[in-house]
Amino acid sequence: MAAPAVKPGEKPVRRIHVPEKLRNLEIFLLLFACLANAGAVVMVQLGSSGTVDYGQVALLGAGLSVLVVGAHIALRFVAPNADPFILPIATLLNGIGIAEIYRIDLQIPGNVGWESTAVRQVVWSAIAIVAALVVIIALRNHRVLQRYTYVFMAISGFLLLLPLLPGIGKEVYGARVWIGVGPLSFQPGEVAKIALAIFFAGYLVSRRDSLSAVGRKVLGMRFPRGRDLGPILVIWAASMSVIIFQRDLGTALLYFGLFVVMIYVATARLSWVIIGVGLFLGGALIASQVLVYVNDRFSNWLNPFASVNYDAQGGSYQLVQGLFGLANGGLIGTGLGQGQPDITPLAQSDYIVASLGEELGMAGLFAILALYLLFIARGLRISFAGNDDFGRLLGIGLTFVIALQCFIVIGGVTRVIPLTGLTTPFLAAGGSSLVANWIIVALLLRLSDTVRNQPRLVV
Amino acid sequence: MNRELKRVTIVILAMFAALFLSVTTIQFFSADTLAGDSRNARTINNSYSKERGAILVAGQPIAQSVPSADQYKYQRTYTNGPLYSAVTGYFTLDQGSSGIEAAMNDELSGTSGSQFLSQLNSIVTGQNPQGASVELTIDPAVQQAAYDALGSQTGAVIAVEPKTGRILAMVSKPDYDPNILAVHDTDAVIQQYDALIADSGNPLINRTLGGDLDPPGSTFKIVTSSAALQNAGLTEDHQLPNPAGYQLPQSTNVVSNAGGGTCGPGDTVSIRTAFVLSCNIPMAELGVEMGDKALTDMANAYGYNSDFDSPIPVEASQFPPLEDDSRLALSSFGQASVRSSPMQIVEQSMAVANGGSIMTPTLVDDVRAPDLTMLKQFEAKKLADPINSVTASTLSSWMVEAVNSGAATNARIDGVSVAGKTGTAENGTGDPYTLWFTGFAPADNPQVAVAVVVQNGGGLGESGSGNEVAAPIAKKVLEAVLNK
Repeated sequence: MAAPAVKPGEKPVRRIHVPEKLRNLEIFLLLFACLANAGAVVMVQLGSSGTVDYGQVALLGAGLSVLVVGAHIALRFVAPNADPFILPIATLLNGIGIAEIYRIDLQIPGNVGWESTAVRQVVWSAIAIVAALVVIIALRNHRVLQRYTYVFMAISGFLLLLPLLPGIGKEVYGARVWIGVGPLSFQPGEVAKIALAIFFAGYLVSRRDSLSAVGRKVLGMRFPRGRDLGPILVIWAASMSVIIFQRDLGTALLYFGLFVVMIYVATARLSWVIIGVGLFLGGALIASQVLVYVNDRFSNWLNPFASVNYDAQGGSYQLVQGLFGLANGGLIGTGLGQGQPDITPLAQSDYIVASLGEELGMAGLFAILALYLLFIARGLRISFAGNDDFGRLLGIGLTFVIALQCFIVIGGVTRVIPLTGLTTPFLAAGGSSLVANWIIVALLLRLSDTVRNQPRLVV
Repeated sequence: MNRELKRVTIVILAMFAALFLSVTTIQFFSADTLAGDSRNARTINNSYSKERGAILVAGQPIAQSVPSADQYKYQRTYTNGPLYSAVTGYFTLDQGSSGIEAAMNDELSGTSGSQFLSQLNSIVTGQNPQGASVELTIDPAVQQAAYDALGSQTGAVIAVEPKTGRILAMVSKPDYDPNILAVHDTDAVIQQYDALIADSGNPLINRTLGGDLDPPGSTFKIVTSSAALQNAGLTEDHQLPNPAGYQLPQSTNVVSNAGGGTCGPGDTVSIRTAFVLSCNIPMAELGVEMGDKALTDMANAYGYNSDFDSPIPVEASQFPPLEDDSRLALSSFGQASVRSSPMQIVEQSMAVANGGSIMTPTLVDDVRAPDLTMLKQFEAKKLADPINSVTASTLSSWMVEAVNSGAATNARIDGVSVAGKTGTAENGTGDPYTLWFTGFAPADNPQVAVAVVVQNGGGLGESGSGNEVAAPIAKKVLEAVLNK
């Protein structure tokens, strides 16, 4: 086809985005992130022992760097138009997490080799980034996923039920969300959130008409017909059973929040949000009365400093120690390697934010929150700019799940909401969480590449 | 769909705004409150990680922080721990602190207001913050003399410069070694602490300042006589009946003098003679003749019923309201419900020695920042003015006579005029006496005032006396000051 004719005096319509430029920006940001990560490991060493162990810096810093640069090169070939910020942000968060995990390892004598949580985190990061690479190379078009909507439903259901199976299910800190095969353990619920987002997107795209169909009008708002309430009730029941059987409040909130937001975006009916929030609050209220562990979580949240909660088994000790740690950090932090984050239980996983807040201070936590916000902003952009509804829904689902998970974990640690056991995306020690979040990175990169490849002059 | 996405974006922004707000609240607005929580191990660890200032006596550290290899960076060590335990107190990882370690904690840990700038400086430079050092008024020779003189008795010795209030010696026994509570093993500290608490000798109590108040016995006659001379307007020759037994008003109980019999020959006896010979009957009669107001006012003027900081807190000695003349009579010679600390008793001597004024007793000479700049320097301050100089010089001559030829002869020092007053207080039928001595020397130009208390009768049950047990201890302390 010939190029469109250009009238004299008018500039020709050109492609706004040049893939080369995007990728060059990405590699520049990536190198900065890798340098910052290695710098963090050096700071940890200087802060705690005053000497630098270059072997460890190479192991903890370079390993991740090689992989993400590899991912960058792959993107040049398979997704040249992908968003240039997503990969560097994920890399920086992942690397800061490794540095802080390593810092707490140093407090535990004899914690070397495979016993070292930091080394395992590096290995898991490698596995996660490889998994992301596989996704982005194998999945050239995200619409393929829509074809397997109900397969993803089955996968998410299977993954959720897995920890309840006798033999491989494990109970850790009272929650039954782990599976263990030999020395390896995995939280299938982390991966399930991706399968759920894909399933919700596919399902809602095909059923949005009936779900937004005219129903009864109450107080100026259209409510769905009774028979259309089926899906939300199923998801609600699933979330409630996660609370009851897996004793995991955070995961239930995450799944249900994800569904409510996606059904709202798909149908544009605020009534779904009201029904959803009402159902969840009702369920949580009943659970807090009936289930002892839920009730404890609430009273720990409301009165963490009361000695009846503080001294109780499974009480507010961890929450309060986390607050003490954050307070110890103050505005500018104690400096990496110079705080005492190891006093707080689970300082490497659930409480990594408190550990970082202690050593990097309020300034550091603000920077981390800003990184998350930037990551989420890139995700939202995909959703706004996409031109197929499945892609847009999937984009908002994956983005929102990261945002909500940050809110649930960091909000739990900082007493905005009751504390529940979830991992902080990219930062926290834990293989399943890393794999899941890096796959989200891959999916967002793929979606953003598709968005920019469209012959449209948007964004 | 974009309208919905915008709303979701707003929800996400609201969620993150909540996180920014909560982080700010915790790390900025309530950081100090959280740091002050007694369960906050980080605060304690931080105080250990700092180089805590030294406590110095004559320029030599008796408590200092030395670098240690473990997580706390510094180990607190005490030189001559038991000798100075009443002064330094202890400083534990998480079981609290006492003595100067507690009273001067802000300065030692470098958190006092005057050290704010240096704190800021250490944050910027990244250097370990350092606490200030505290130089004490204690004289090591006098402290050692007092410690040795008290020997294995349960009791206390305090020596003070009457003209300034500087405390030269402070010994309380049984003592303990603060080093055993400074170890970094919490379990070991708790075990040692529990053992010290369980010890029937209560070594953790600083007996010089309170915690275990005793009836002052005849040392209180300084207060009674002050009231007679000053509040009741009586002269030293004022005569009182001199029987061998005195039936208490509205009571069948009979008071007798310490040796039995009358207070010297004669039908009547002067206040002066009653004081010098330390007779109980004339003092009881004197108290009833003056009335309770004169005595109560004078006791309060001497500092009974009020506390102060030395800077270690001093417990208020007790002179409770008198219900009847019987209690007034008994209180006049330091029995009934009167209870005194050695600090209170030495203040009585200080007033007599210093023309009627009590200078606030203090342990701290100066506080110096790590760069040796002076943060605080001792200044003599007046605590109370219970008597005028005329009364003071009268009482001084009585106390000199008591040592030369009266009831306190064991405090005599050749070539020095010593003023003194003994006390032998009853603690109830069958219980051992509390034995006292207080005095000062030289009487014409007082360099030191001293108070000694020996509990549990000094091992002599109900047969010992202040002159026999406490006066020789005081004599050694006075000699240690005067021989310098």
